[in-house]
Amino acid sequence: MTSSMLFNVTTFTYLISMIVFFAFLASRSKSLGMAGSYIAYAGLIVQTAAIGLRWKESYDMGVGHAPMSNLYESIVFFSWTIILLFAYIDIRYKYRIIGAFVVPFALLGMAWAQLGMNTGIEPLVPALQSNWLLYHVITCFLGYAAFAVACGISTMYLIKTAVEGSNSSTPAGGLMSMFPPLKALDDLNYRAIMIGFPLLTLGIITGAAWANYAWGTYWSWDPKETWSLIVWFVYAAFLHARITKGWVGKRAAWLSVIGFAATIFCYLGVNLLLSGLHSYGGN
Amino acid sequence: MNSVPLQISYHGLEITLANTERSFITKVWDFFCSLKLTLFLLISLSLTSIIGTVLPQGALPPQYVAEISATKLQIYTKLGFFDMYHSWWFIALLYVFSLNLVSCSIKRLPHVFKFVSEPTLVLGEGGRNSFPLKKELAFSGSIDKAKERLSEFLGKEFSAPVVTEHNGEYHLFAQKAAWSRLGVYVVHFSILVIFVGAIIGSLVGYKGFVAIVEGTSVNSFENKNGQQMPLGFEVLCEKFTASFYDTGAPKEFKSILTVLENGKPVPGYSQVKVIVNQPMTYKGITFYQSSYGQASEGGMHYVTVASRNGGTPEKITVQEGVPVTLKDGTIFKLLEATQEVRQFAPGFSGPAARIEVTRKGAAPQIFIAFKDFPEVNAQRGDALIFGYEGSNAKQYTGLQVAKDPGVWVVWLGCTLMIVGLCIAFFMSHKRVWVVVSKGQAHMYGNASKNQAAFQMQFEEISEKFQHLKI
Ligand code: HEM
Repeated sequence: MTSSMLFNVTTFTYLISMIVFFAFLASRSKSLGMAGSYIAYAGLIVQTAAIGLRWKESYDMGVGHAPMSNLYESIVFFSWTIILLFAYIDIRYKYRIIGAFVVPFALLGMAWAQLGMNTGIEPLVPALQSNWLLYHVITCFLGYAAFAVACGISTMYLIKTAVEGSNSSTPAGGLMSMFPPLKALDDLNYRAIMIGFPLLTLGIITGAAWANYAWGTYWSWDPKETWSLIVWFVYAAFLHARITKGWVGKRAAWLSVIGFAATIFCYLGVNLLLSGLHSYGGN
Repeated sequence: MNSVPLQISYHGLEITLANTERSFITKVWDFFCSLKLTLFLLISLSLTSIIGTVLPQGALPPQYVAEISATKLQIYTKLGFFDMYHSWWFIALLYVFSLNLVSCSIKRLPHVFKFVSEPTLVLGEGGRNSFPLKKELAFSGSIDKAKERLSEFLGKEFSAPVVTEHNGEYHLFAQKAAWSRLGVYVVHFSILVIFVGAIIGSLVGYKGFVAIVEGTSVNSFENKNGQQMPLGFEVLCEKFTASFYDTGAPKEFKSILTVLENGKPVPGYSQVKVIVNQPMTYKGITFYQSSYGQASEGGMHYVTVASRNGGTPEKITVQEGVPVTLKDGTIFKLLEATQEVRQFAPGFSGPAARIEVTRKGAAPQIFIAFKDFPEVNAQRGDALIFGYEGSNAKQYTGLQVAKDPGVWVVWLGCTLMIVGLCIAFFMSHKRVWVVVSKGQAHMYGNASKNQAAFQMQFEEISEKFQHLKI
């Protein structure tokens, strides 16, 4: 068994989980919702094993390092953290339906990684030979995953307000009755960002510390750094919007969606469209 | 203060000086304290920051200048877009941001301190109705006994209460982690600390570069403006080595450095290994491995030439780029050489040179001669087989030089920010009131964060509360 086979199983499992969640949306059958969650958890376990196995394989090849050193490995880790956070929210707050809006992000990541990317294990170039790599990547991606979850929740919020209109005292029936109440969605959005914001902050700080250690400059306004700061500004705006009259609810939800779009641009767009010091995705 | 609108007539226009000077200042103050301004600033900072990630910053690449129209170039330059993070308007935004932060804190902190140090001990009707968490208990004992029992109970289950008598009722107030309300202000303060650290760095810190040829030492470096600055000591490069993986990807760039004071090695700073991600710091100045290369001056290369018919190979010493004529009239020239060819030719390793060979009356041929692959060398050339034996040219190591005394202030600010965020988000100011009146008591609760978790704690306490025998 190789890690690559296990990653294929993971991708397939997330696909099934998403389909079951969509069926859950359509049918409103409780057991389908439960199945969707459990299938996603099974995928999470397989993926955890696969990441561990890939780590071991790199040592067997004599180039041992944590599997977080290139675009492929980072996308896989991103998917893993998204499902991990979904599991946390599912178990803690029992709003299973969120899975229908969050699992697709993880599936998208895995599918793109498995189908469109070079999956080979590469040795670390000198710039990446540092423990800071691990701290930096883990904190950043946990933060990104929390923002992915918040974006899914905000999408639900925006759909629900669009369907029910601004008058939430007359909740619509049908599909919308499956969605948590607006107030709960707003609260969950805030909670997810409360997890993500300190992690992103820590991610930026560990990145700065690493840059200072490797190059002697903690901040050089390189596009990746700047975009991470932009993301940070957007979520800081979100946090203050919530306590400002006239900005609660819909506008805050939009800020959360924009924040995640900026996150994705920071992660992928910067490498694919702009140039800079970061090495992910160069080829 | 009562201000009467002042009306004056000016060229037939009625101008109303509605408010006095004092309220103008109040207006400015309110403007700088407002959260709307905060949102405006955060969104403006994000939007404008994008410019610098799209346009090149600093020295413009010539092909960019060639592509862009002259007017655009002029406008962008005027607006500071090519060094936008140091442009006057971006810095101004950061100043207003700091001002907003400071005034907001000045306005709110006294209230928060008061809220924390002088809590509401007596819960009025308004408070009683506004808290969603409440529980009721009936008892038959005396009110004084109930007060004693409930105080003791609260102290054991939650935190020791302050008891106040008011209108024949006893108000028991207990709270936890009141200071967590200050977490937000720690976060805001930390931003200013980071700014201070950055300003210190830009005023007293510096950055530069130095190249040291193996076996030689330097006592100065080149700063960003291209000037030589003294280090105050000497740095000797003992050796530089680059190693590569089989794929040709770089594995390690390593300089062995020794610090010299008055020409003598400093104890503890002799033969220090400096690699990427492992710098050396001496007297506050840090040296980072950043590049390397072949020192061009005076290097000699050794090339072997053997006849295909056998015989002892001839060893020739050449300089890069200087043609040499052999006995049979063949001219050859060493174009370039490397001591490690792996990065250019995966599958090969060791020293190699690119040479150009021109046989008498034939077109020039260019090929690579290796040191460690004689059989490959034998496949190239016609009557003569060329090999490469390496060179006595030295390598130089390129080191980034930096000093930043403000960096510790920045890390202090970062630490404060993380601590502040954790307090602001994950700690909660919890308050419980118990109002004891004749024959009955009411318990109320409120938490600043995570109401759901507090509700569970409240339910648990009130469960026990109702089983109290008074
Ligand atoms: C001009 C700049 C800023 C001003 C004037 C400002 C002002 C405020 C105010 C008045 C509050 C509400 C405090 C309360 O609940 O009593 C607040 C909350 C907060 N601020 Fe700021 N702020 C600024 C920038 C920032 C930035 C850049 C951050 C980024 C870390 C930040 C992080 C926070 C956090 C985490 C909260 C708590 C939000 C919550 O509890 O949901 N602030 N800010």
